[in-house]
Amino acid sequence: MNMNFKSWLVGTTMLVMTATGAFAEVVFNRGNSADPESLDPHKTSTVYEAHILRDLFLGLTTEDAKSEVIPGAAESWTVSDDKKVYTFKLRAGATWSDGSPVTAQDFVFSWQRVVDPATAAEYAYMLAPVVNAEDVTAGKKKPGELGVKAVDDSTFEVTLNAPTPYFLEMLTHQATYPVNKANIEKFGADFVKPGNLVSNGAYTLAEFVPNDHIKAVKNPKFYDAANVKIDVVNYIPTEDRSTAMKRFEAGELDSNDDIPTEQLADLKAKFGDQVRLGPYLGTYYYAFKTDKAPWDNVKLRQAISEAIDRDYLAEKVWQNTMIPSYSFVPPGITGYETRTTDYAEMSQIDREDAAKKVLAELGYSPEKPLKMEIRSNTSENHKNTAIAIQEQLKPLGVEVTYLNTDTKTHYGHLEQHGDMDVARAGWIADYKDPENFLALCKTGTGNNYSVYSNKEYDDLMAKAAASADPAERMKALSDAEAIGVARDLCVMPLLYYGFHTVVSNKLKGWEDNVMDRHPTRFLSKE
Amino acid sequence: MLRYVFRRLLTAIPTLFVIVTIAFFLMRVAPGGPFNQEKGLNPVIKANLERVFHLDEPLWRQYLYYLQNLLRGDFGPSYNLPDFTVAELFAEGLPVSLQLGAMALTLALVIGSALGIWAALRQNQVTDYAVVAVATAGSTIPTFVIAPLFQLFFALTLHWFPVGGWGGGAFVNKVGPVLTLMLPQLAIVARLMRGSMIESLHAHHIRTARAMGLSDYSVVIRHALRGALLPIVSYAGPAAAALLTGSVIVETIFSIPGVGRYFVEAALNRDYTLVMGTVVLIAIFTVLFNLIVDILYAVIDPRVRYD
Repeated sequence: MNMNFKSWLVGTTMLVMTATGAFAEVVFNRGNSADPESLDPHKTSTVYEAHILRDLFLGLTTEDAKSEVIPGAAESWTVSDDKKVYTFKLRAGATWSDGSPVTAQDFVFSWQRVVDPATAAEYAYMLAPVVNAEDVTAGKKKPGELGVKAVDDSTFEVTLNAPTPYFLEMLTHQATYPVNKANIEKFGADFVKPGNLVSNGAYTLAEFVPNDHIKAVKNPKFYDAANVKIDVVNYIPTEDRSTAMKRFEAGELDSNDDIPTEQLADLKAKFGDQVRLGPYLGTYYYAFKTDKAPWDNVKLRQAISEAIDRDYLAEKVWQNTMIPSYSFVPPGITGYETRTTDYAEMSQIDREDAAKKVLAELGYSPEKPLKMEIRSNTSENHKNTAIAIQEQLKPLGVEVTYLNTDTKTHYGHLEQHGDMDVARAGWIADYKDPENFLALCKTGTGNNYSVYSNKEYDDLMAKAAASADPAERMKALSDAEAIGVARDLCVMPLLYYGFHTVVSNKLKGWEDNVMDRHPTRFLSKE
Repeated sequence: MLRYVFRRLLTAIPTLFVIVTIAFFLMRVAPGGPFNQEKGLNPVIKANLERVFHLDEPLWRQYLYYLQNLLRGDFGPSYNLPDFTVAELFAEGLPVSLQLGAMALTLALVIGSALGIWAALRQNQVTDYAVVAVATAGSTIPTFVIAPLFQLFFALTLHWFPVGGWGGGAFVNKVGPVLTLMLPQLAIVARLMRGSMIESLHAHHIRTARAMGLSDYSVVIRHALRGALLPIVSYAGPAAAALLTGSVIVETIFSIPGVGRYFVEAALNRDYTLVMGTVVLIAIFTVLFNLIVDILYAVIDPRVRYD
């Protein structure tokens, strides 16, 4: 049965391959944790769709294999002396997949579409640095008033509110990608469907079967098509991580963007260096409700933070797929000095002693415990983290209880600033800049779950935003982190995220990087 | 009989209406909404999104919109997968779930019944005990254990089948999901059939048939089986409704693009329109299969009359 069945399988596969003339095709089966919410780059928000859209579209700037910014649809650009006006020179001869030229007018149309309230783009704020962008999104100004201009067909000019050193970095985000006006006018909301979608990236959309696969094929009209080595990418949603590992083992997947971390030891034994681990630009943190007693007391917050053994969390709960953290901004951003809490270098025993003293001063002890409820969204590892913290805080006289709810309930509660003691959250960078993290602690920011508000902090953030000197700006941000995070714990950093992926040895050109971004155009397969 | 079917279908309309209404309001009681996520949205942007999806309007008006659209057969766009309407998602996924469900159900009914009859005819013999033991085991081992075991053994060790994926509906891709769906059903059918067959074999008319010298085959298949089928039919109706609308566990483990996963996914994502669509879908299947069961009763048992 075994042999018969196998030869039958091989036979049919060969037949199909011959019939489609597919022998020379290089196919990359790319595991991606979830299907995209949308393939309209302006209506997406998660990293899962970013992986796909990065292959289909090309922004003004883009990233190389190491996730460093390189020219994309713009071959060059100039910046005015006050650092507020960017003039992009579009790549000569670059076309959309339908053969029409990519023009400056396309970018004007696309960016106006992103900020238009009718588009309801979740990531409209990626264009917030552009003049009038926020007012347009709020419905106070017309999309035509956005600070963008087509000087001529190949010159696109952008005017910013303030010097924004990370602006070029932001342009790698899918929310800033161009879409084809004629395409949208012809098909309306259906322009994203296979057969309809016109894009300007290294690949074009061929098939989309929800929960099964998205097939993208090499775009022969892409300006650098000669150097694109993979002919077909199948993005396969791999919700069930255990199944994904089996499919990887069977060769059905060439890579997957996640692994079941609880199986790490086994996976390492089985796959060796095909398991890739490394730092990822994101932070796993707890937010105290800082406007409610007793959590409004910085000393208490610090004592709790000090007593938590992050090494234990990283090693035992997360199997070293996360890294202990004492700052909100993870290391790895050029030019930025991360500011950690002052007990970062102390031994865990000393920290516990110090914390115990503070709690005793505040009148808490195992006999007269402080009650603290940790809220989190449902996940085995979030629960295990909370349980470990519960055990670590018990000897100090803190009685921890744990409440988990589903993701929507959890974030709905946080967004409405509902009653709580402390809640779990995480932040993954959209672009490589400390501002992307630190903006969270500004007064009144939507994601400021701890409702932290400090004038000194806000002033430093404003200073950084207005600064034209990169060094001065980084210093202001660093000082802000020293106050808001290290001193006041507007967020209590616990762990830096790490990427954990499996990548087949057959796949070449996969460079590990802190953004965990890997455009298919730079990969090849043996 | 036709009048009966017509009447039953008419009564299904208020039933569906009640289900839709309860589901609509129950879902809105759940905290959080479709646009809550780890990276919270700027309030301005969230308001724009809610406006686009009419979520900023009073609940009763949203409910009326929904009913209006539903009457036109429009389930609306999915909130979390805005590239697709709910109808498009069903058009892609339902054929997949139907195929797997129908195959699993047919196999379970045929093999399960055969095993059940076989065991009944050899009551209290080794065969009987073996069938009962296997059936008990089959109905107690959960699918989330069977499925990974299948993958480990048949896909990773023997390489007979792929680990997962739909493969455009290739036969090899269906084997694992169908077997996993079928096994627990088969076990239940075998046990039911065994029990009802034993009872049926003791009935007066069977004794009479035997006394009249009819062959074993004729007694069992033509006379006893008829009576024994009733419990199977009662069971198969709801089972069919459940199997044909997909299984979240089997679809997730085998990476199958069916509609079963939407039951759970949509609810967790607060994808209101998709939740409603799934509720309506299951309700229709349940009403339909209960009706089929009742019709089959009349066909099998001449004493049952609906007119």
